[in-house]
Amino acid sequence: MQYHRPASFAEASDLAAHATGITRFLAGGTDVLVQLRSEIVTPDTLIDIKAIDGVRDITRHADGSWTLGVAVTGAEMSEHPQLGREWPGVVEAMDLIGSTQIQGRATPVGNLCNGSPAADSVPAMVAAGVMATVTGPNGDRVVAVEDIPTGPGKTSLAQGELISALHIPARGANGGDAYLRFIPRTEMDIAVVGVGVNLRVDGDTITEARVALGAVAPTVLLVEDCARALIGTTLDDAALAALAASASAACKPIDDKRGTIEFRTEVAGVLAKRAAKIAYARAKGETA
Amino acid sequence: MALDDRKSHFTFVGTRPNRPDGLDKVTGRARFGADVTAPGMLFGAILRSPHAHARIVRIDTSKAEAHRDVKAVVTRADFADVPFKPGLEGEFWNVLENVMAGEKALYDGHAVAAVAASSALAARDALKLIEVEYEVLPHVTDVDKAMAPDAPVIREGAADYSVPEGMHPNVVRYHESGHGDVEAGFAEADLVIEDHFVTEATHQGYIEPHACLASLGADGKGELWCCTQGHWIVQKTCAALLGIETAQLRVTASEIGGGFGGKTTVFIEPVALALSRKANRPVKIVMSRSEVLRATGPTASASMDVKIGMKKDGTITAAQGVFRLQGGAFPGAPGDMTAMCAFAPYNLTNVRQVGYDVMSNRPKQAAYRAPGAPMGAFAVESVIDELCKKLGLDPVEVRLKNAVREGTKASYGPTYDRIGLVETLEAAKAHPHYSAPLKPGQGRGVACGFWFNHGGETSVSLALSEDGSAQLMVGTPDIGGSRASMALMAAEVLGIPYENIRVTIADTATLGYNDVSHGSRVTYASGLATIKAAQHAVEKLCERAAAKWGIPVDAVKWENGCAVPSGPNAGDFDPLPLAEITADMGRTGGPISGHFEATPEGAGVSFGTHIVDAEVDPETGKTSITRYTVIQDAGKAIHPAYVEGQFQGGAAQGIGWALNEEYIYGEDGRLQNPVFLDYRIPVASDLPMIDTVIVEVPNPGHPFGVRGVGETGIVPPLAAIANAVSNAAGVRMRQLPMSPPRILAALKGNG
Ligand SMILES: Cc1cc2nc3c(=O)[nH]c(=O)nc-3n(C[C@H](O)[C@H](O)[C@H](O)COP(=O)(O)OP(=O)(O)OC[C@H]3O[C@@H](n4cnc5c(N)ncnc54)[C@H](O)[C@@H]3O)c2cc1C
Repeated sequence: MQYHRPASFAEASDLAAHATGITRFLAGGTDVLVQLRSEIVTPDTLIDIKAIDGVRDITRHADGSWTLGVAVTGAEMSEHPQLGREWPGVVEAMDLIGSTQIQGRATPVGNLCNGSPAADSVPAMVAAGVMATVTGPNGDRVVAVEDIPTGPGKTSLAQGELISALHIPARGANGGDAYLRFIPRTEMDIAVVGVGVNLRVDGDTITEARVALGAVAPTVLLVEDCARALIGTTLDDAALAALAASASAACKPIDDKRGTIEFRTEVAGVLAKRAAKIAYARAKGETA
Repeated sequence: MALDDRKSHFTFVGTRPNRPDGLDKVTGRARFGADVTAPGMLFGAILRSPHAHARIVRIDTSKAEAHRDVKAVVTRADFADVPFKPGLEGEFWNVLENVMAGEKALYDGHAVAAVAASSALAARDALKLIEVEYEVLPHVTDVDKAMAPDAPVIREGAADYSVPEGMHPNVVRYHESGHGDVEAGFAEADLVIEDHFVTEATHQGYIEPHACLASLGADGKGELWCCTQGHWIVQKTCAALLGIETAQLRVTASEIGGGFGGKTTVFIEPVALALSRKANRPVKIVMSRSEVLRATGPTASASMDVKIGMKKDGTITAAQGVFRLQGGAFPGAPGDMTAMCAFAPYNLTNVRQVGYDVMSNRPKQAAYRAPGAPMGAFAVESVIDELCKKLGLDPVEVRLKNAVREGTKASYGPTYDRIGLVETLEAAKAHPHYSAPLKPGQGRGVACGFWFNHGGETSVSLALSEDGSAQLMVGTPDIGGSRASMALMAAEVLGIPYENIRVTIADTATLGYNDVSHGSRVTYASGLATIKAAQHAVEKLCERAAAKWGIPVDAVKWENGCAVPSGPNAGDFDPLPLAEITADMGRTGGPISGHFEATPEGAGVSFGTHIVDAEVDPETGKTSITRYTVIQDAGKAIHPAYVEGQFQGGAAQGIGWALNEEYIYGEDGRLQNPVFLDYRIPVASDLPMIDTVIVEVPNPGHPFGVRGVGETGIVPPLAAIANAVSNAAGVRMRQLPMSPPRILAALKGNG
């Protein structure tokens, strides 16, 4: 196994482009090292990206948008004084991952690129409209987060490509987001269903909405029908029922040791309603 | 002379001093199974079958043997040659077959070969060089399917004499007992309910994986360090499996990170010894969590039918149960225990119980706290709860009405001595929990539970030091705080402070035989032996005082740690403290020590009553346990904090078993969830504070009244939680675990 610690994304990309066999980037390592030790994936090349300048920075730009370095951890996001006030859903989703120890290492980029359909931060990031800069042999491109995972353990990144930054849009006025997941226990578990909701209101009326579902299909889903069920409503019972129905209809889950098809389909609707209520209250400046 | 037995007026017993192993454990100084090394040590690793049932056609180890870091490879052939004890039989054969497969791999995870190499990584890599050709056979993992006529046969001829003719060869033991006429009893009832119940296998979930360090020379002399609940059984079994003499193998028990019954047998120890013998170097093996889940003993899974008849006033007129337990690919599922415990709390005129031990393609089941009892209680106590609901009766009153007492003939045969079930029920009725209001969406459940408790072969040795301190050697690994309890009991007899007594778990070379720490026997049996050994030392102390004073020994009594002249000589001499006698002992007759060896028979059965509140989210089927109270008879709580710990631990493990823990097998017969991520043990935040009430109805069979408390506490929870959840959800849950998908399906009427 080759271990590299490049000083730039260009160098990291170059190393990956010329590597043979299995390549992994080492962010927090909470997926990579666990998979290595349990002999699920034994990489031939391991490229540690934590020595690249700026990878731990959380930057708020003048327009209110944010850039997260690729080694920013869950703990750093939770401890940031302003990020969680503007994007509570994104931060609470990341904060659900693992324990205090895991929080000190785990990154949203790793969560995204590991490609698990149940990754907790991903539905929240998709709902929030987060974009990623992808650096590759041909330079940089900017991609919506929902376009990165393509299936369990798979991404759209080509050989030699890696994510060099995440961009969260400006929160703007009267917006709120929320993430909820279902697990049979209270913590240290993997989502059986996850729902991220991000919306904006004008008075009591929802004007913009994005709803993303996790763990109910091979990739995280951005569900347009859920957004349509919300936009133009005041989140009344009819809107909530339509939202739940759309969420359930969008599910293409599997039966496995973590949950049945019927269960995931039903609970996706339940969580969509609950997350929408929280996001709505947050958008209106109420505490939820 | 020595003290008479007593049940009250204790000085040390019943206090809560700090645990003697506390500092070691919080500082990391305690040495567990994996914490030792030896010069020249190799690392062992075990190759395991990926198939649930397969004939092993060929094993080619040549490539692994050629690996430069590999020093030994073993397969079953390395155990077969046992010149000293050829032809293993019975349980030894079963254990050998389990630790290293013979002709067939019998379950996913069954060991088929092992290597020892100079690093753990090399050992792991070398496993991949071993070629095994399998002929995959049909498999069965479900208990009911394993009994069906078309089920694949795990092993012909495994059944014993008890099995009625015509049963499938996978049914290997049969138990039937009871008394009265159940049909007549059911005819007298105002309401009869019969239901079917299912529980899944769960693992003991001890936090420390199995680990050992073994060394065995060509001279047949060996040393073994391992994490076990009983090192004499390890010694005896390993010696048999390796064909050496028992006394030539010295086994030392490490500090233990939980066992709960699962560490009462061997898995890796004989393999490490075989590797060591072949490599002529010490070999260490440490299991991974997935090896623990795949290849060490979980509980049995169960399929049960229970029928109970009740009169309108709550009197049970008859009870009948059929309990089918699957215990993996070997005989041993405790169907008999399930049957015998199921109705044990109730005074029944008419009762009949049947238990089956059934084999399937799963790992060999191992004991798990009160093995077999929790499942039966789940079925029986659920039916009683249903009867109470339908007849509009209070569940505690009904249990009190039917409760067994001293002199009642037990459902499993004997007549009860002094027991404390009624006292636990009275305490439950009086407890504020039982009358506390419930919030909407919550439900309350109660259930009782019974366990036999056990005595077992026991030896204890106590040696006094010149300075008046004492060292106590016991042979039962401390799995629940027993060192503290032993020191308290010795302090009580000797009359010296708890802190002046050091308790050690002696190795097999330094003490006589001791049975495993199981059957809730340690505080009872090792405790009894400790008291007797201390009394033995006290007799000698009194003799020395008598000699010094020149008076007859029966004119000396032992009081508050001093020899005191009594009778006609009372007041003739000043009390002589223990330390003054020991200071001179070299000159007055030599070292003073006390010993005791026996198989005490008066363990004293134990009962408990649990009260649980549960809240069910009707939209997701998720349950939270909002309040929990354990009430149990401890006979006499030697160290009450440890007793409470046992009560709470039983409840915590019961919550896991009831709600989310389960062995999940795929169509291919492979275990789907061999990691803690998907084998869902409760995390700390899943549990409420667990309230405890210690009832003390002294056990006549123990000098201080002790009853074992380690197992009864896991008997009522499955039932109590199922009753609470069923009452909260408004739908009866008859299958465990009551995971959210199962509850939601039941709520939606399709479960
Ligand atoms: C105990 C425990 C609990 C957990 N609980 C949860 C949970 O509740 N919810 C959940 O969703 N996950 C959970 N996880 C999984 C894991 O912690 C998360 O997925 C985490 O976010 C991964 O981040 P990381 O930085 O550690 O990734 P790493 O392990 O470093 O990398 C993960 C993957 O991302 C790729 N990668 C990393 N950086 C880049 C990059 N810049 N460009 C392209 N690819 C990249 C790597 O090649 C690798 O495939 C848990 C893990 C553990 C061990």
